[in-house]
Formats: sequence, structure tokens, C-alpha cells
Amino acid sequence: MSTTKPIQVILARQLASSLAMPILLVDTEGTLIYYNEPAEAILNQRFEETGEIAAHTWSTLFALTDENRKPIPAQERPTMMALSQRRPFSRTVWMQCGLRDWKNMNITAFPLIGEGRQFLGAQMIFWEVEA
Amino acid sequence: MKVTLWGVRGSLATPGPETARYGGNTSCVGVVGRKGTMLVLDAGTGIRRLAASIPANVHRVDILLTHLHMDHIQGLGFFAPLYRPDFEVHIWGPGSATLGLQARLLRYLSPPLFPVHLSELSCKLVMHEVPAGVAEIGEFVVTSTLVCHPGPTVGYRIAEADGGVVAYLPDHEPALGTLTFPQLPRAWTSGAELASDADLLIHDGQYSASEYAGHCGWGHSSLDQTLAFGTFTEVKHLVPFHHDPGHSDDDLDRMTSQALDRSKPGYRVTSGIEGTTIEI
Repeated sequence: MSTTKPIQVILARQLASSLAMPILLVDTEGTLIYYNEPAEAILNQRFEETGEIAAHTWSTLFALTDENRKPIPAQERPTMMALSQRRPFSRTVWMQCGLRDWKNMNITAFPLIGEGRQFLGAQMIFWEVEA
Repeated sequence: MKVTLWGVRGSLATPGPETARYGGNTSCVGVVGRKGTMLVLDAGTGIRRLAASIPANVHRVDILLTHLHMDHIQGLGFFAPLYRPDFEVHIWGPGSATLGLQARLLRYLSPPLFPVHLSELSCKLVMHEVPAGVAEIGEFVVTSTLVCHPGPTVGYRIAEADGGVVAYLPDHEPALGTLTFPQLPRAWTSGAELASDADLLIHDGQYSASEYAGHCGWGHSSLDQTLAFGTFTEVKHLVPFHHDPGHSDDDLDRMTSQALDRSKPGYRVTSGIEGTTIEI
């Protein structure tokens, strides 16, 4: 038998797949298990081609700095904070994917917690800050 | 194991001449193992007749509730073993984020909705919260996981040691949010692991394809989706179940025939008809 994802994670993917906001979905280990089409444009990759991406790999796909252009260490990125502290985390950052222009983005990450306090992973939403 | 359908109707008990052939009782399925262990899947109105069929030498029954919508628990208060001091009744079912199984059941099994309070029952009553991963009940290994249906709802996979597997997903909408179904791999499809390669799958088939369009998100499947799910999970035998109360026997004959013509499944399909016994 294959291992079916928890229903909350399945529904989170289905919701993300029908939204126009860029959304990333990670499991409890930080593996990027899904990103939607709007997020593909940010990551410059297609989920259909990459499938799941290990935490240590996808976190290198883009550079993040704080608003003073100081690099944000991996463990202080919103998704890692949501995973490690199991609480919502939001911050405004500068983000660069590959050699593209830097973008001013707000990133909000929140943990997915099921009934019985079952920890399921986290979801992250990107929101471009209006200039 | 022997699987008997005691109630196959969804949503509301539907007695009457137009439903006499398929049956009007709501969800209830009896499963009896080779060593005599007795499981009851859901406690719809069909459970009253099931109780009358329990052999005199049986003193324990495990009731596996998929969820607590009324059509799946309405018969519980009329399950005769609950009132027998020589009987042990184990109820397995989902709690919610804020209430345990017993507290949730008490909302029904207490006045004014029901005259008898849960604490007044004579049997030895034991509650088990699900999803519980894998549990052993007699000769059965029972797996429960949450599936796509409004509110906490599980499906069950019941495997008999050295025997067959029955999967029970009476209220299930695995196609929710997908444009075509099945679209995603099994790992991303609700209930797929439970149903995978089952000898018998009892699955929600409440709507016709055209009806589903108007009921998307209600937690149920069309017959076409059910047949596609059976193919996708490679089951050997499918029983479409949880018939809509608005569907007469003639409607179900016609809908099933049309869906089978379209899908042409490569496995056996038997419409859920009350009183049917299937041996695995």
C-alpha cells in the first residue's frame, strides 16, 4: 500500500491548487511536498517536474534578506519558524530567486495542526509588497 | 469473513414501496470473522435488525462508527445489547477538536433527543477514539484514517488474519477540488490507502454524475466517481452504498446500469441492497 497523506494535507493542497496566491506546503520534516502554479512562477520550477523537494534543497532555491538587506539564516525563515515553534510567523523580506530581480515580499507561514494536536506540517503564503 | 448489509440508505431512513427492493434503512453493515468476532460498521437504523441476528453465544460486539452524522448513529439507542448486563459493547468513533467521542455521542443519547442517558445503559460500554492507526479486534486488524467528508470522519480497512480485506468508506468525497478524478497519485487521494487492493470495497455512491455537480462539497460521491475510485485502488469487488433517499429502486437500477456502461470496470460490482451477505 502507498502511504496516503493526512486528509488535512490533501485538502490544503486542493485549496492551494485553486488559489491565485503563491502557496507552499511542507511536511513535518520541512520537505516541500507541494507548491501551486503561482508559486512555480516564484520558484522558477514546475511541481510536475520536480515533485517533492527535500528541505535542504528547496531552501536554497531563493535568497532571503530582511528589510535592511541582511541575509536571513535558514533556521529563522518563516517556514522553519512555523515548523520549529509550531505557531504562525510572518515577516516582510527581500527575496531573489536565481538571477531575477529582488522582490519585496511578505511571507506568512503557519503550522497545520489536526485534531488531537497532531502536527502535520506547515503552509506558507507569499504576498508581494506594493511599491 | 461474512459481510451483511443491514442498512444501505444515506442521509435519512426511507421506507416505502418505491425503496423496498434496495431497502430504506440507513448505514449499517455486519462483519463476522471466521472465529466469530462481530463488528458492526455504523449504527444507522439497520442496526436494530442486526441485533436480532446476533447468536446467543456472542457477548461482545465492536461498533465502528465512521462519523456521528445522524444517519450513522440513529439506531444506536435501539441496539438491544446495550441493555444487556451480560454484554460488552465497544464503540469506536471520532472525537472532534474540542469534544471526545463520549461527549459527542451524549448529545444524542440523552434527553430530550433520547429518553435513556448513556450512563443508564446496562451493558459494559467501552469507548475508543479514532483514528487510532492500527487496532486489533479479535481476528481482525482494523485501520482507521480520516477521510474527506464534512466534520471528523474516518474510513475503515478491516483485514482478517490469513483472510480477506474489506474497506468501508460510506461517506466519502475523494474527488473534492479536482477537475477530473482520479487526477492525483494514491498518496494524494483521500481513502486510497484504506481501499488499496481490497477484496471488497463498500463506498459512497450517493449521486448521479449530474446530481454531483450541484452537491460538490457535501461529502459524497457520484456513482461514476465511485467506480473510478474502485479502478484506481484496484479493488476486486465494489458495493456502491449510501443511496440517496430521493432515489427509488427504479432510479438506482437505471443510474447503476448507465454508470457501469460508461465506466466498464474490470472488477465485480454489486449494488448495495439491504439483506445481502457477501462472503470473503
